[in-house]
Amino acid sequence: MDSITSAASVVAAGLAVGLGSIGPGIGQGTASGGAVEGIARQPEAEGKIRGTLLLSLAFMESLTIYGLVVALVLLFANPFAG
Amino acid sequence: MFPLPPFLPLAELEVGKHLYWQIGDFQIHGQVFISSWLVIAALLAVVVAGTRKLERDPRGTQNLLEFLWEYIRNIARDYIGEKAYRDWLPFIGTLFLFIFVSNWGGALVPWKLIQLPSGELGAPTADINTTIALALLVSLAYFYAGLSRKGFRYFEYYVEPTPIMLPFKIVEDFTKPLSLSFRLFGNILADELVVAVLAFLVPLIVPLPVMFLGLFTSAIQALIFATLAAYYIGEAVHEEAH
Repeated sequence: MDSITSAASVVAAGLAVGLGSIGPGIGQGTASGGAVEGIARQPEAEGKIRGTLLLSLAFMESLTIYGLVVALVLLFANPFAG
Repeated sequence: MFPLPPFLPLAELEVGKHLYWQIGDFQIHGQVFISSWLVIAALLAVVVAGTRKLERDPRGTQNLLEFLWEYIRNIARDYIGEKAYRDWLPFIGTLFLFIFVSNWGGALVPWKLIQLPSGELGAPTADINTTIALALLVSLAYFYAGLSRKGFRYFEYYVEPTPIMLPFKIVEDFTKPLSLSFRLFGNILADELVVAVLAFLVPLIVPLPVMFLGLFTSAIQALIFATLAAYYIGEAVHEEAH
């Protein structure tokens, strides 16, 4: 592939992961904060809260992973490589 | 495309290199088939061994299997509902166990000891073809569940509560398998890549915590895949209270 395509792909891969991490990061912070608050208010519900928290954290994390998949496609299976 | 130095100790970073088998006009990824057959064989062996001599007081393997069965039954019952969950318990259970054993097998078994002509054995779920096949199975399953339970009234679900929802619900049918497959594929591949990159930078000890994190996330991904499959099926068979 020519140099301009590879340069653009590398920059785009970095941006895909970097920008894609912002939203889920904020979301995971909010969710964990809420869980800690819930546990502090009701320590006996800790097990249930932890299970739900982990499941929802994994859902949010998958949004970042979509960015990662795009980055991996750009790096290893670039459709514009020609 | 980005060749890393070949002296990586245990894990080699090979993305896009496969052992190709030619069947008719199709090229298939042989290493995925080999490792998924191994996973299936391991699961079958454990299940057959555990159900060979059933006892009233379960011990050993039978105890483990009963625990797993209860765990999967709880997932299915919570998300599909009391009425329909029995039909779908085997499907959910198969998905969960196959993905779980694939993920952990890919991380725990030293596949590097088995040399292949090209490509490398690993978790079958780290190949997008496997995850897309599983996700499409889930799509077929929930369509079948809805159609067989409600007949053509299933399509009422698309215009509830208002017909404005129709395009969104149709788009949802396409995004469901897309997100299911990408989530699983991305997570497993990302785990492998992070471990490989860390092992490349610092070959000793430092990758260990990340490996444990990888085990944890891949277990959660199996749970999420099964949960979502159960949820989609439950959505399709759910009866609205009119």
